[in-house]
Amino acid sequence: MIWDKEKECISRKDLMQLQLERLQSTIHRVYKNVPFYRKMFDRVGIDPDSFSSLEDIKKIPFTTKNDLRENYPYGLFAVPLREVVRIHTSSGTTGMPIVVGYTKNDIKIWTEVVARILTAGGITKDDVVQIAFSYGLFTGAFGFHYGAEKIGASVIPVSIENPKKQVKILQDYKTTAIVSTPSYALLIANTIIELGINPNSLSLKYGLLGAEPWSEQMRKEIEEKLKIVATDNYGLTEVMGPGVAGECLYKNGLHINEDHFLVEIIDPESLQSVQEGEVGEVVITTLTKEAFPILRFRTGDLTRFIVGDCPCGRTFRRIDRIMGRTDDMIIIKGVKIFPSQIEAILYETEGAHPNFQIILDREAGVDRMTVLLEMSEFIFSDVMKEQDMLVKQIKKRLLEELGIDTEVKLVEKRSLERLEGKIRRVIDKRE
Amino acid sequence: MLVIRNLDVYYDKLYTLKKVSLHVKQGEIVTLIGSNGAGKTTLLNAISGLIRPAGGSILFNDEEILGKTPESIVKMGISQVPEGRLIFKTLTVEENLLLGAYSYYSIKRKREVKEEMEKIYKLLPVLKHRKKQLAGTLSGGEQQMLAIGRALMAKPKLLLLDEPSMGLAPTVIHEIFKYIVELKNLFRLTVLLVEQNARSALKISNRGYVIETGRIINEGSAEDLLLNRDIQRAYLGRDLDSEVKI
Repeated sequence: MIWDKEKECISRKDLMQLQLERLQSTIHRVYKNVPFYRKMFDRVGIDPDSFSSLEDIKKIPFTTKNDLRENYPYGLFAVPLREVVRIHTSSGTTGMPIVVGYTKNDIKIWTEVVARILTAGGITKDDVVQIAFSYGLFTGAFGFHYGAEKIGASVIPVSIENPKKQVKILQDYKTTAIVSTPSYALLIANTIIELGINPNSLSLKYGLLGAEPWSEQMRKEIEEKLKIVATDNYGLTEVMGPGVAGECLYKNGLHINEDHFLVEIIDPESLQSVQEGEVGEVVITTLTKEAFPILRFRTGDLTRFIVGDCPCGRTFRRIDRIMGRTDDMIIIKGVKIFPSQIEAILYETEGAHPNFQIILDREAGVDRMTVLLEMSEFIFSDVMKEQDMLVKQIKKRLLEELGIDTEVKLVEKRSLERLEGKIRRVIDKRE
Repeated sequence: MLVIRNLDVYYDKLYTLKKVSLHVKQGEIVTLIGSNGAGKTTLLNAISGLIRPAGGSILFNDEEILGKTPESIVKMGISQVPEGRLIFKTLTVEENLLLGAYSYYSIKRKREVKEEMEKIYKLLPVLKHRKKQLAGTLSGGEQQMLAIGRALMAKPKLLLLDEPSMGLAPTVIHEIFKYIVELKNLFRLTVLLVEQNARSALKISNRGYVIETGRIINEGSAEDLLLNRDIQRAYLGRDLDSEVKI
């Protein structure tokens, strides 16, 4: 099923015309209404009337998270506050939160793009959708809530609850689809197993999971444990919230809602566009946002464009699943490594979702990487010999995959420090 | 159907249109709203070939029409109803309509012209009743219908309407817009409408663009534009400042 065939299957030619029109009017609006952008254009000498192709966007400097913080709270709004009907903030783990606003139309478009993603993930008006995102300043819950209601599905706004309560609702209310982070879906899956419930007795069919990077192995684990089809979706508060891109049931990349978002992928160091298909940082320009338009926002998320057509019929370009964050990209001895690569290896040796942390330090001028892996029921063993074997095995696989000699240490369960439930992936102690 | 990209027009080195891009799909009614002097009429005149843009491109069914003569553009299927109607007041209603068929009129095609005229009379019976009357004696609303009828005589695929509601009483405006929708359906037209009366125009439109000092500053579905408070304040006559105080 395709929610908006006319748009989602638009020809490249028509799409590029629409994108150009929208880019031009967005630039005129931000130049007129947002002092930050007017100053930026004037400073680097860009004429807002000089945009005649989508390529011209490359003239504009990037907008960074720091720019957003410096304009806390309302500095980048393009409309007066009285036209704003909603405020959300990003869950910034460091420093000031980022405040974003929505006009009535922004909410309408948000609803529409999420409805597309839910439909692509299998949801129809007959589904019972359990939303297990926190309702509050975070955008995730509201975006999916609106989209699911728009489709006509029955929405259960559970929010974040203790997993046993989630499972009871899953069972009793005959939920057919769950919307959450992948790690939360896994927690629910494990709770179902702990409670001795047969997953086949549930009505659950689909999972729309996002808001954090997750591996294919993790998808497999979630799908097997919950007996569902799990799709990935992508979005971020700074540009909208959920709704930027999402997988269809072919699960071969996330279709970008290109009529509303212009996506580029750049090399985070040279800041130039990467070759089609190469991994780089996602940069997003909003094409229709009224209250909080943003030009060339550096998301810090790493992925690549997927070349070719998707058999589903949607013509929107796809990005691969998010591979990690630029802040997490490790350059050690000249080699670029993403924590997701290490995660995949740990997953494969441990056979379950690993909790780990990467420590980088320098000894006698030589860079060193250490992986701290928390023990779990899957690897817990009193026998030192078995632990040694496991560590050796992981070290060998890391060396094979990354070409870097890595130290591996087992640590106690839940001993790694967590911030809002997330382990800080990389700690760089090299100066 | 119509795809305009980066259209630049200037008079005396002063830009009236700056990199205007817009499109109209087959069967759509699209409204261009904006205040006086924003460049609305200039845009229609550029499409009709009446003025020569400095740059950009206008594709009509994938064919570049920039630089073509107004006559050949009419022949390709684009008719414009000019602002202020510009009917020939000293000619009869029927003579005015016949002039609209100028681009293809010949003895051989007399029947075709007649058929076309009958179609128009059927939908706009007021013109039929007054066909022998001098056009100058018609009321404002009737003159507007005549101007539209005359444009339709050229058998257009794309109809360009410049301020059809100008100078008309509110009840007549309502009627004119109703006729535009009916004509569009009957003649399978695509319509690009330029209006200051933004609300009535958007209500019959699929999409709209907002033009300000020669630049497009907003684009969206007609419904979205009607909701946009910036547009409400500027073009829909809503005084927000008296409504809310912050």
